[in-house]
Amino acid sequence: MRQVVIIGGGVAGLEAAGFLGKMGHQVVLLEKEKAVGGHVGKWDRLFPNRRQGSEVMDFIRKKMDEKVSIITEAGIKSIDTSPDGYAVVLTNGEAIRADAILLATGFELFDARKKEEYGYGIYDNVITSADLERIFREEGKITTADGQAPQKVAFVHCVGSRDEKAGNVYCSKVCCVTGVKQAIEVKEMMPAAKVYSFYMDIRMFDRHFEELYIEAQQQGITFIRGRLSEVYEDQGKVQCKVEDTLTGKPMKVTVDLLVLLVGFMPSPETKRLAGMLKINIGSDGFVLPIDGHISQNETGVPGIFLAGAVTGPKCIATTLSDARSAALQIDQYLKTK
Amino acid sequence: MKKEGKEYIWKDYQKEIAEDKYFYVRSCVRQNFFPGSEWAFQKILREELKKDLFENAAHTSCTGIGYHTEIVPFETMMTVVARQFALMTEAGYEHFVSSCITSFGIYSEILETWEHFPETEARAHQYLKEATGRDFIKPKNLAHTGDIIYKFRKEIVAKGKYRLVHHQTGEPLKIVEHIGCHYSKMFPHRGIGGAEYPYVLVGMIEDWGGKVVDYPERRHCCGFGFRQYIVRANRGYSIACSRKKFESMEPYHPDAILTNCPGCPMFLDRWQYAISEMEGKTYGENGHGIPVLTYEELAGLVLGYDPWDLGLQVHQVPVEPLLDKIGIPYDPSKKFLGKDGRDLGRPEAPHFLKFYKES
Repeated sequence: MRQVVIIGGGVAGLEAAGFLGKMGHQVVLLEKEKAVGGHVGKWDRLFPNRRQGSEVMDFIRKKMDEKVSIITEAGIKSIDTSPDGYAVVLTNGEAIRADAILLATGFELFDARKKEEYGYGIYDNVITSADLERIFREEGKITTADGQAPQKVAFVHCVGSRDEKAGNVYCSKVCCVTGVKQAIEVKEMMPAAKVYSFYMDIRMFDRHFEELYIEAQQQGITFIRGRLSEVYEDQGKVQCKVEDTLTGKPMKVTVDLLVLLVGFMPSPETKRLAGMLKINIGSDGFVLPIDGHISQNETGVPGIFLAGAVTGPKCIATTLSDARSAALQIDQYLKTK
Repeated sequence: MKKEGKEYIWKDYQKEIAEDKYFYVRSCVRQNFFPGSEWAFQKILREELKKDLFENAAHTSCTGIGYHTEIVPFETMMTVVARQFALMTEAGYEHFVSSCITSFGIYSEILETWEHFPETEARAHQYLKEATGRDFIKPKNLAHTGDIIYKFRKEIVAKGKYRLVHHQTGEPLKIVEHIGCHYSKMFPHRGIGGAEYPYVLVGMIEDWGGKVVDYPERRHCCGFGFRQYIVRANRGYSIACSRKKFESMEPYHPDAILTNCPGCPMFLDRWQYAISEMEGKTYGENGHGIPVLTYEELAGLVLGYDPWDLGLQVHQVPVEPLLDKIGIPYDPSKKFLGKDGRDLGRPEAPHFLKFYKES
């Protein structure tokens, strides 16, 4: 029986594992964290319909069978070529045979501390979209650092994305819709709260996203086209300096809580593994498939495949489709090997 | 506010500062604005820290003000800078220290340009050779004089007589720090602490016993901003900028403002007087202003230098409230005596800003 090693236990890796198992292949899935699930596993509700992230995870997990074995807290020491294919050597010395390898190492969230002017990690009431999802999931209510219900909440789009200063010129695709979803959720949780959204452009590219944006406007969320120049915390309040570029006026908006919509970053682990596997990295830091239109899952290195956000920002639906596509590519490869 | 968040950023912006043997270039305006500052720097370096600080009287303005007002073209400015470097090379020094933030920005801009465009550096060598017959070697280390005081801040306080604490209550004095724009906003890695949360003055204040005041308009321009003041029609913007800062810091009751730029202390000091005359508004305690100091002046006070030797009598906002809090003795009768002991006369008191202690 052919064996596939999948590196990365986020939704892409898990979905591909389930499909490859069903196709009759032995699968070993390696996850560096203590548990699989990746970013989706840490998210509360998903856009655009606000279903629980856990529902998607349950759907994916149900496809797993005995052909899939999962190793968590797996560090990869090296990937060596062998007469049969590859040997993935873990940091504990264990070597795992692989007829094919699927790289599904995903992304990291942009470290908001690098946008120094926004004060994340310095000001108590500046949080990220990931922090807000954790608050939704674990605490169920939003409070400021001193335990008060915020009266005014603002969202900042494109934090670490479309930003040459941050070194990332690409759009992370999902932050706009995430921000709109979260703004609605905040408004629903606290109807009296004033909610602002500071944006460059609202990029609602997928089905039902635009409807979500219209819903947000109908709920009274104020969208201001302008990028924040700086943030300051004064006596617990967050002061945002921004220019409303539609009216050409500088503004100072004081809020109780500021949410930074952080984008995707290629993970350093992907870069390391790409070096081992001799596959190419693009100027944006994500892995390059051999063809961006017609061969998204192939690397040009025999037996090495790609799935999910390892090749750039993707939403969950696209990631799952990509993972299934990769599983089919691998199946085909193994049949002809 | 979480200090560890700032510390996380500060660790990325630590620059190398040479230990000794500095080639020193002055500011073209500081001696007029704050005449004791450059004197104090030289005294501290040579007498307190026993450092080799060399100055060549043939050095000139960096042309920065002319450059930033589009009077002096880049090539001219670059050649003048090349000449400064040539004087350093001829004197056998490698560590270039600039007294002025604008100049520091100019030197940084030139070195960065040359790093990225070697052909431009080649032109600088050619222009200088043609104009003066000189050649130069680029400095191994470029620092602002504030960087040097920062580097030796612990030695200074160890030798010092005073700390930035209220001598009666023992409470740390609350100090606003204001960084000149050209220190690190253009090249964050060339400034200690970067551009958003510069550490260079914070380090001095904290190590000398004071407490830094964070206030909303901390990053806002002091009011100089070149065109805001140099273009006469724009001067309303200049004073409006300073006023915005004073209004923002006032609720925190700062005991002093510390600066590292020639223009910032000038405008933060003089505009307090202008605002008081225009609006009757003062920002210090009991009709006083908020004293504004340069880092050399503050270092001199910590070391126990006479306030009048430091030139503090030429400040528009009197510094006596700060001296009283620290417990620094001074003789009011000597405030307006010249170096030769001659009475220079007493300036007319402003209408609202308390100027004379007895008034």
